[in-house]
Order: sequence, then C-alpha cells, then structure tokens
Amino acid sequence: MMRRDFMNRGAGIAAATLLVLSFAGSAQAETFAVSIDNFTFAPVEIKAKVGDTVTWTNHDDIPHTIVSAGKFRSKTLDTDNSFSFTFTAAGDYKYFCSLHPHMTGLIKVE
Amino acid sequence: MSHHDHDDHGVSRRKVLECMTWAGTGVLWTISGGVPRSLGLVDAAQAAEKAAPGLTFLQISDSHVGFDKPANPNALGTLEEAIGKINTIPVKPSFMIHTGDISHLSKASEFDDADRIISQAKLDVHYVPGEHDFLDEEVKFYKERYGKGTRGAGWYSFDAGGVHFIGLVNVVDLKAGGLGNLGAEQLEWLEADLKGRSKSTPVVVFAHIPLWTVYPQWGWGTEDGARALDYLKGFGSVTVLNGHIHQVMQKVEGNVTFHTARSTAFPQPAPGTAASPGPMKVEDAKLRSVLGIASVNFKMGDERLAIIDTPLQG
Repeated sequence: MMRRDFMNRGAGIAAATLLVLSFAGSAQAETFAVSIDNFTFAPVEIKAKVGDTVTWTNHDDIPHTIVSAGKFRSKTLDTDNSFSFTFTAAGDYKYFCSLHPHMTGLIKVE
Repeated sequence: MSHHDHDDHGVSRRKVLECMTWAGTGVLWTISGGVPRSLGLVDAAQAAEKAAPGLTFLQISDSHVGFDKPANPNALGTLEEAIGKINTIPVKPSFMIHTGDISHLSKASEFDDADRIISQAKLDVHYVPGEHDFLDEEVKFYKERYGKGTRGAGWYSFDAGGVHFIGLVNVVDLKAGGLGNLGAEQLEWLEADLKGRSKSTPVVVFAHIPLWTVYPQWGWGTEDGARALDYLKGFGSVTVLNGHIHQVMQKVEGNVTFHTARSTAFPQPAPGTAASPGPMKVEDAKLRSVLGIASVNFKMGDERLAIIDTPLQG
C-alpha cells in the first residue's frame, strides 16, 4: 500500500511538471541573442513576442550601450559584457548605442 | 609642402592617407602673428626658435587610460611616453589642451592614472570630454575633475596670447542614427560668446568629435557643427582642433582650418578601410611606428597644410 501511494504521488508530480513545461512551451517565451561586432547589431532586426527576452553581447574592443528612448537603457557594456531585456508589451522598439549613434537596431514585439 | 613617411602597411590605406597621418603622441601648436602653426615634437627645438615671441601650446588627445586590448595593452605607458616627449621640449609651452577620451571607461582609477601622468608635464591643461569620459553611473567624475568654471556638460572659453579659445562638448545627448551633437543651449552660448568680438581675433575651437563631417557612416562628424561654424564666419583666422578618430586629418575651408589629432593610445583605420572604426591592431613591433610623431605647419595664404610624419620608432 505504502509503496503504491508513493509511486502514485511520484507519477502525479511528474505529470504536473510536464503540464507546467508544456504550458511554458505554448507561451513560447524565447530568448534571442543580438551580437555586437564591428559596431553593428546582428541581427539588426528581431521579431519577438510579448514575454520574450533579448540578450545583447558586446564582442568589440570598444564599449557600447543599448538605449531605446523611454523604454530601456543598458549600462555601458565593456568587451564581452551582456545586457538582457524582457519585453512585456507589444510595439516597435527602436534602439541605438548612445556612444556611437550610427549603430541602430529594431525589436518588433507582437 | 607635404611630406609623408609612413610605413606602407596597405595600399588602400596609403591612398586614403594623402592628407593624413597616423596616431602619435601630441601636436605642438604655436601661434605667431595670430596664425596658429602646428609642429611635430621632434621639431620642437626649431619651433621654439621660430615661434620665439608667439604663443605655444600643445594638443594631446584620446589617451583612453584603462584600454588594455590587443591594439595596445598599455595605453597608460604610451601616454607616459608622450608626456616624456613633451618634457624634452626646450621652451616650455604655455599650456596644453586635451581633446577628450581621457579615460576608456570613466573609472575613477583611470582618471587618477591619467592625472598622475599628465601632471608630469607641469602645464595647465584645458580639457573637453570625449564620450568615454561620461560612462560612470552618475556621470559626475568628468564634471567634478575637469569641469570647474564650465557651463552645461563642460563648455567654456578663455583668452590667451591674443587668441580666443573655445572648448565645446559634442558627445552628449546623441540622437539615434545621428552624429556628434552640440545642442541648442550650447549653440546659443557660443553665439553670445562670439558676439561683439573683433573679427581680427584669432579663434581656436576645440572639441572631441570632429565638427566637420569626416565620415558619417562611422559617426565621424557633428550634426549641428555647421551652425557653430556659421557663428565663426567673418573671423579672419579660425582653427578647429578635434580628436576622436585617432588619426591626423586636415581640411581648409575658407577662413577655417580643421585638424584632428592623433591618439596616444591606439590607431583607428582610415575611413572606410576596415569593417568598423574599432581599434586597429598592428604588429607589436610596429605599434610605435603608427604612434609616431607628426608635425603640421600652416601659414596664412597656403592652400594646403604641410604634414611631416615621424614615427616614434622605425
């Protein structure tokens, strides 16, 4: 009896875990990577969904920043530093490097 | 007169280098009879003789203290070499200007190191900030250390030896997709600063990013620089000294002579000759050959500036 109860409980937990995982899966929360190389954001445009996260990583020997006016602003990213932002509202997020403003990018969030 | 003595690292670069030199240590400026002339540090002795009764000052730029990447793992060391050169000038210059990017990441320790080395020149230093000097969290170190008596983000003017000097800031409030930026407040101040001034007064304007459009694809220019230059129309002698692009470039347009100084830290590529304006790595043995000294001479009436490059080594 005791053993069977334990087994059932174990199966129940496993099922619940699966359920949570599948819900998370259906929400499709993804993480996108934007690489900064040679004073360029790549990819320069990303199509994301609400709840998705974008992580920028600076591979240049010169610091950069990620700034979307009124939306988000990273600290200064030295070489190999990263910055992540999770988008909680739909919209077009134009962003740029406040040190090198010719560097621009766009995150389209649906 | 024009003379180039570069190591020939690349054909395309050489081509673009028609009128420019590579990163070096500093430029010696001397003003004689109201006309600024710049001379290489090696020519300092001759310069001192020629310029005897005039005003002599130095320009250094882009020391990037804290930079330790492959293009120059010891930017503090090369700054120290530059100051060492300055200390060998037989006749003491009146003062020095620093056209920004004193530090690489605006750390207090970087500013401390820079001050420790630069103060060894025992000269008054007039600074303007580069974008690398405003990176601390509270954006206060530059203003605290170098901004006393300045307005806005750090602009000011002063007079020396009959010349009117104007230090401008074009590295704040940059707009997406744009270039360097002076902003309305600073332009208003500039207009007022120049108003009523005798047009025969020689004017030297210095700022970090070039005030003229060098290469917009890399952000090398100032969005509203033309407005500043409008206020300088009518003055007989205007010299604009900038840094930021880590190479010497010059242009004469009417009454205005534009000049960008070398970095004491690392060279950057000539416009369009590389994938990006990032630090240019050269062979270790060649670093000081691209950090060489350049001298620049110009006289009223000359159509072109005369440039003489002398590498530190090789």
